[in-house]
Amino acid sequence: MADGGNDVVIRVRDLAVDFGGVPVLDRLSLDVVRGEILGFVGASGAGKSVLMRSIIGLVPSRDGRIEVFGVDLGAASASARRSVERRWGVLFQQGALFSSLTVLQNVQFPIREYLRLSGRLLDEVALAKLEMVGLPADVCHKYPSELSGGMTKRVALARALALDPDIVFLDEPTSGLDPIGAGEFDDLIRTLQRTLGLTVFMVTHDLDSLHTVCDRIAVLAEGRVIATGPIPAMLASEHPWVKSYFHGKRSRVDGARAA
Amino acid sequence: MNGEPLLESASQGSRLGGDVGGRLALTAGGTWTAERAGELERLIEGVIARHAHVAAVDIDMARVERLDTFGAWLLERLLRGLGTGTETRIIGLAERYHALVRQAREVNRTASAQSHATAFTAAFAVVGRTVGQIGNDIVAVVAMIGALAAATGRAVAHPRTFRFTSMVHQIDRVAWRAVPIVLLITFLIGGILAQQGLFHFRQFGADIYVVDMVGILVLREVGVLMVAIMVAGRSGSSYTAELGSMKMREEIDALRTMGFDPVDVLVLPRVLALIIAVPGLTFIGSMAALYGGGLMCWLYGGMSPEVYLSRMREAIDLQDFAVGLIKAPFMGLIIGVVAGVQGLAVRGSAESLGRKTTDSVVKSIFLVILLDGILAMFFASIGA
Repeated sequence: MADGGNDVVIRVRDLAVDFGGVPVLDRLSLDVVRGEILGFVGASGAGKSVLMRSIIGLVPSRDGRIEVFGVDLGAASASARRSVERRWGVLFQQGALFSSLTVLQNVQFPIREYLRLSGRLLDEVALAKLEMVGLPADVCHKYPSELSGGMTKRVALARALALDPDIVFLDEPTSGLDPIGAGEFDDLIRTLQRTLGLTVFMVTHDLDSLHTVCDRIAVLAEGRVIATGPIPAMLASEHPWVKSYFHGKRSRVDGARAA
Repeated sequence: MNGEPLLESASQGSRLGGDVGGRLALTAGGTWTAERAGELERLIEGVIARHAHVAAVDIDMARVERLDTFGAWLLERLLRGLGTGTETRIIGLAERYHALVRQAREVNRTASAQSHATAFTAAFAVVGRTVGQIGNDIVAVVAMIGALAAATGRAVAHPRTFRFTSMVHQIDRVAWRAVPIVLLITFLIGGILAQQGLFHFRQFGADIYVVDMVGILVLREVGVLMVAIMVAGRSGSSYTAELGSMKMREEIDALRTMGFDPVDVLVLPRVLALIIAVPGLTFIGSMAALYGGGLMCWLYGGMSPEVYLSRMREAIDLQDFAVGLIKAPFMGLIIGVVAGVQGLAVRGSAESLGRKTTDSVVKSIFLVILLDGILAMFFASIGA
């Protein structure tokens, strides 16, 4: 993006995470570069969400180092952590909207907590964010239980973007959406990434997303990252799991050939 | 976006300046980001107030170090605030922010429809809604009793469909596991009644009548009432929370689609369990209260257990005992019905689950006391 440089915003080194003595991540290392959309893939249960959750601090790690914006999150003081947390937004798989707040209040919540703004500006900015994620103004007074799956994801994205973060973490953003909705969501992520200069860390299973929006893909297997690179590199990979993932029955490469 | 901590990079704030020959020239600088949005808004409102009707504006954005959605929107608000007839030009904006500013041009074009009720009408609206809610509650309770009657009919007609295991499990939960706490609390209540009675009756030398008071009060009113209130708090609330979270997670809908009536499957076994549990708990609760009263008469009033027992035999008869126990199943029914109604009324939000659980306890305790009062009048008028 703008600053051009090849600087690393998320640096994970030798991360190890255990669940009840069973290793989930085993000395995993990964770099995320500023301004890229990184697609993170792996088998179900391989620990993709675990990595995301340990970067954002929801899962404790046994060993290793996680640096975000050059701050070692394991060693950082509470206030340093908070200032880093202020600069990322997270879209959870199920949206994780606050069910007792309206859509507008959900988006305003982080802004209200971190900034002291007038009520008018708060409303305007929140409405602007909702419009940027493609929601009509009349949803803003609805409650999360009244929204469709696609709308919930969009509201959750608007909330993740509320404070204009530098990084957004997306946990399976297109799961549960129909192909058209998923395609629109991919475009939206692409557009917002360009407009706002975001770095996107996206856990996904959606091969279409990987093909259309991701700049780079990282593959997780056996507790570590076994391959990284853009989509042509993935397609050329000889690793059996990577091969079956990108050349399987559902992959667009072979599907297109069949058609 | 230079990777530095945000607070340090935001150094000089924003400046907006002068008016050059009919054409307003504004120079913007500093960081136009979320952190500075409050200050920026005041600056922008100041400019709008001072130059409401200028013909043309140039905004030099070259010295703006950082711009985010907040800054872009405030820039847009400035442009809109200066009026639609104004010719505006943004110069020197860094290339990387063009998309963002373009985006901001498009948002908030349609005013959102917000209803602004005044405090005066809002107060009436609350009263109106509450009255409506009371009506709805009565209808819901009656409907639930009807649904339960129908479910009981189906269970009698087709005994194999009745969830007997579920009911036994619920009896274990609401009756057997409640025994220790019911024993403890009713024992203490019996003791307190006796102690208060002794303290005051002693002034008239009427110690012995404490036994009459404790016996009649416990068997007719206090035993069943205390047990019903405890069951409402302990089991009614948990039934509402259970049914409510099943509702939230669409389990109830899943039951319906498989052709089961949630009242048959979930509510009827629970209500029957309560109808069986409350009389049983009332019996042991009353015994514990009488025992507590006796212990207090012995230790505090110096009345020997033999005297207490023989006086008790004269003071009470089977009818007092029956009056208390007859009420108990109705108490169980009310608690179960209210818990079921409230549980099935839970909507999607976590807050609604909490509110309905509270409602369940409050309303079932209220109805239990109301029913007790009505039955007391009924028994008095038939001379029982």
